[in-house]
Amino acid sequence: MSVGPNCEPGAPMLELRHIRKTFNRGSASELRLFEDFSLSVGRGRFVCIIGSNGSGKTTLLNLLCGGETPDGGEILLDGRDITRVPEHRRFRRIGRVYQDPALGTCPRLTILENLALAENKGGRFGLSRGVGRKKTEEYRARLSLLKMGLEDQLDLPVENLSGGQRQALSLLLCTMTPIDLLVLDEHTAALDPASGETVMELTRRLVEEKKLTTLMVTHNLRFAAAFGDRLLLMHRGRIVLDAADAEKRKLKIGDLTDRFHEISIEDGNSL
Amino acid sequence: MDVFLKLLTGILQEGLVYGIMALGTYVTYQVLHFPDLSVEGTFPLGACVAGAMIASGLSPWLACAAAFACGAAAGGVTGFLHVKLHITDLLSGILTMTGLWSVNLAVTGGSAVLAFYNRPTVYTTGPAALIPASRNSLRALAVAAAFCVLMKLLLDRFLRTKSGLLLRAAGDNPRFAVALGKDPGNQMILGLMLGNGLAALAGCILCQREESADIFSGTGMIVMGLAAVIIGISLFSGIRFLKATTAVVFGAILYRGVLVAALQLGLPTNYLKLLMAVLLTAVLVGNNARFAQKGGKRDVSRTEL
Repeated sequence: MSVGPNCEPGAPMLELRHIRKTFNRGSASELRLFEDFSLSVGRGRFVCIIGSNGSGKTTLLNLLCGGETPDGGEILLDGRDITRVPEHRRFRRIGRVYQDPALGTCPRLTILENLALAENKGGRFGLSRGVGRKKTEEYRARLSLLKMGLEDQLDLPVENLSGGQRQALSLLLCTMTPIDLLVLDEHTAALDPASGETVMELTRRLVEEKKLTTLMVTHNLRFAAAFGDRLLLMHRGRIVLDAADAEKRKLKIGDLTDRFHEISIEDGNSL
Repeated sequence: MDVFLKLLTGILQEGLVYGIMALGTYVTYQVLHFPDLSVEGTFPLGACVAGAMIASGLSPWLACAAAFACGAAAGGVTGFLHVKLHITDLLSGILTMTGLWSVNLAVTGGSAVLAFYNRPTVYTTGPAALIPASRNSLRALAVAAAFCVLMKLLLDRFLRTKSGLLLRAAGDNPRFAVALGKDPGNQMILGLMLGNGLAALAGCILCQREESADIFSGTGMIVMGLAAVIIGISLFSGIRFLKATTAVVFGAILYRGVLVAALQLGLPTNYLKLLMAVLLTAVLVGNNARFAQKGGKRDVSRTEL
């Protein structure tokens, strides 16, 4: 098994170089999460990230998206240094779906208005008409691909949708414009199993269609084994397992649970 | 009967003018969830700016535009304090409101009341002059209605543009605005500018009716605006074809009507502000109870536009 940060050929889409991040510096609860963290993700890769609580998965995503700033090191997206770029600017080339279905959409705006906003991402938000009625047919076609019946409810405020419908819509919204990176932050964790499956299938389809470079954090080991072409297991701010392509395909859920148990024992938990 | 009719036109006229301010409060409170206290300063600011301009012989129409611009600038200050300097929403409004007190005094040249009797106002020039001067109260009503409807239509239109959609999105879910590559803080500043511009315009139109600008006229305006929005939305938003902005204007007229009715029934004027506060409290409590029954929704209503 190759445990190395840089095992991707070609110019990477995403690169983290020597990232350092410490929380609560100088206090009793000081936590040195990342000490020299590096990761390189090639174009079009679909990376699943698993790890126990506090392993640094979410912090990693926040560092990428701009919610947190690293103490040291640099982050490159498509060759550009984005380490100090403000959060909202980074999002022009990043799409993110959150665990909480309420975060990826505007609850009080209609489906149509949400779509119109998302389509205009990166453009000018001027005084022209917000929702072009000519576009509705196109939106209907896109929504019908979700197979959730949303295409007939364009004027419904999004707050009336179920969690699964909202996550599917969120996915659609953040992939409407060209993006360099799709970030999925446990986006099926709050859904019932059936909706979770549907949203995962949709994720797979969108990622394949648009050849998106994707990072997916998940607690669902089955999803982690079944989806994507690279898998990272994180523990205390380090990557302890990095398997790609054939190597990843060989991994069984059993292997992953075994590794989790090893980590757990390392942490002093009795089993 | 005549007295009753006169009373009714009075209520409508003032209600419509306060309705303009309520449209602003709708933007800040209902769309952006920002309890904006700066209207207590921007409402009289609009009056003082207009008063000073009209008194020095400038066009009353120009004065309206200037009042809106000054109000918007003051709202921008509140937004700046909150968004860029990270001062809490209430405190930002208080700071602006307090500072504006001195600004308003400076504008009026140090006097608490700036009179400009017999100068041309929006009630006596332009289209309003078509209505004979003998029908004075009808004139006032027509002008107030024209301004209020125009502002309502413009606001409706704005909220449907790309910029307006983004503003609503930023109020609804700031993270969504970030996901669109936009800074929700800037949207909040924009919304506060719009809201306070409308408040100042209301102050400007009200003072032209009285032909004097009063720096005390802002007291209680936040309660007036909030009451209009909350009454309007909770009473009228169930009616499907009625837009939230229309509901808010109705709320302002209704609230004004209740206040005038109380005064007519013999309530001493000194107790007016107390009644305003008590009424808003009653509305808030009633509203909470109503929504608690419906499954505890936090918001006053869906923002249907």
